[in-house]
Amino acid sequence: MPKHELLLLKNMSQPGYTGSLAEYEATGGYQALRATLGKTAPADVTAAVRKSGLRGRGGAGFPTGVKWGFLPKDYQGPRYLCCNADESEPGTFKDRQLMERDPHQVLEGILLACYAIGAESAYIYIRGEMVLGSKILERAIGEARAAGYIGKSILGTGTNVDVWVHRGAGAYICGEETALLESLEGKRGLPRIKPPFPATHGLYNKPTVVNNVETLANLPHILTRGAEWFAAIGSPPKSTGTRVFCVSGHVQRPGNYEVPMGVTFRELVYEHAGGMRSDKPIKAFIPGGASAPFLTPSHLDVKLDFESVAAAGSMLGSGGVTVMEEGTSMVWAALRLMEFFYHESCGKCSPCREGSSWLVQTMRRIMAKRGRMQDLETLSDLCKNIAGRTVCAFGDAEVAPIQSTLKYWREEYVSLIREAEAADLIMPETVGARRES
Amino acid sequence: MLTDKYGKEIDEILSRYPVKRSALIPLLYLAQREQGYVTEAAMKEIAQLLKLTPPQVYETVTFYTVLNLKPVGKFHMQVCKSLMCALAGSDTVIGWIKTKLGIAPGESTPDGLFTLSAVECLASCGTAPMMQINDDYYEQLTEQKVEKILGDLRTTGTSDLKSGPYMWPLPVAVKGEK
Repeated sequence: MPKHELLLLKNMSQPGYTGSLAEYEATGGYQALRATLGKTAPADVTAAVRKSGLRGRGGAGFPTGVKWGFLPKDYQGPRYLCCNADESEPGTFKDRQLMERDPHQVLEGILLACYAIGAESAYIYIRGEMVLGSKILERAIGEARAAGYIGKSILGTGTNVDVWVHRGAGAYICGEETALLESLEGKRGLPRIKPPFPATHGLYNKPTVVNNVETLANLPHILTRGAEWFAAIGSPPKSTGTRVFCVSGHVQRPGNYEVPMGVTFRELVYEHAGGMRSDKPIKAFIPGGASAPFLTPSHLDVKLDFESVAAAGSMLGSGGVTVMEEGTSMVWAALRLMEFFYHESCGKCSPCREGSSWLVQTMRRIMAKRGRMQDLETLSDLCKNIAGRTVCAFGDAEVAPIQSTLKYWREEYVSLIREAEAADLIMPETVGARRES
Repeated sequence: MLTDKYGKEIDEILSRYPVKRSALIPLLYLAQREQGYVTEAAMKEIAQLLKLTPPQVYETVTFYTVLNLKPVGKFHMQVCKSLMCALAGSDTVIGWIKTKLGIAPGESTPDGLFTLSAVECLASCGTAPMMQINDDYYEQLTEQKVEKILGDLRTTGTSDLKSGPYMWPLPVAVKGEK
């Protein structure tokens, strides 16, 4: 049983809760909207969110209130809010649960954010595969519109907000905020060069805020119970609130667990997720989705907050924790993730487009026991030449699995290559020369 | 023609966006719903509707994996092969389907019923291994489940093993609470 207070998963943790408007209202739903619209100035809402310390739950962890503050104050034209529901980071499956089980919590967050930034249109960009999720959201929007929470002059306050669901069509990169905007404009999802940032030149070149589902779902709680209350939860001052961590891999009870930031990986894996699935001990874990570098069992006591995980050499990212047991080949695991990144590279920047294919081919060769020692240098070189040299953060993400496994489990690469050399029955020095000819 | 059949729906889609091109992906979904894949005729018609050139529509279609440019089987089985599912045995799942249907990823059964694809992460890592068949997710797959799903689809066209609103672990009643 959870020993921490649940916020985002509270309603849905009641057996029988279906997420209808009536049920949501019965648990205090839309009270934050009623108390805020027309009663608190939009600037004060932004100030409260800034004070709460809420940071983006999509991966980058940027302070939400600060992001809102970048919108031009004197701009008179339309502004947009985009809810990033493209959840595609391998290892992450929290937004899907938040949308499908308690859609009104997300909608209330969207409406509050629209009020704060002065947006009259919001688009929920949901990944194309989540057909059920988009239907549930559309039904919830219909309920909320009928009840006067969405549309013209919400609750008679003169605030207008309309919300639409926009389905993506299966591209990981569209979770990157500028690629999401391109896709929403009906184009290929290629990230834009920043600056300018979406805050000034976003959707249709208008001021735009893109926030993750979980980020928005926190807003009703912050505005109901106060910024100070929220800022005291978790690991203040920089990592406040709870997070819904997605545990997957070789554990007893994989799934979504909401805990305050700052608990340790050990607690998450061994208490919440029930520990390892067999008597094999833990060998490695990914702390924050496929883009986060692998960590070792010696990092189990690292706290789950943005700073601690960064100090350990990885990132908290999207909150997807994947656990691997002893006996899992780390070269194989890195290759699987590399294949994902190769498939999902959008092709805009040469280092990423060409590099991902080169990395996959080299990794496949090593895995097939046809590698050579020089391949290790090739891998490191490629990684160094991709990271930081692309328009978006995808380049940094795709090298994380290889760089981190090379760092902690280099001997596994070496032993695969040794096997290759032994099977070839030729001197190691000549292996490369022969293959390259 | 899409406009003859779906005129009202198309108008509703167009009304959501201040810029027409934004309606492109929603309209492509409409075309795919109609034919099972996006035909050249549909692309041309959509281009005209949105005042785009056909290549502008085509370049968008080719970027997105959910949009098919070629016909697929009546049931498109997409098994997740990303690391998190692979740790839970997704390669074995692909093996079962291969044996039962005699098709490898990328192939369709001769009767046109099933197409098998190995795809990347579908956001169900907590309930791996899993697959998506058309609009529905099927999770925590076992050999018996795969068998039943294939049988159900063959006979009734749907299966009650498909997932509902996602939540894992499932909520449990706490002692002392109602």
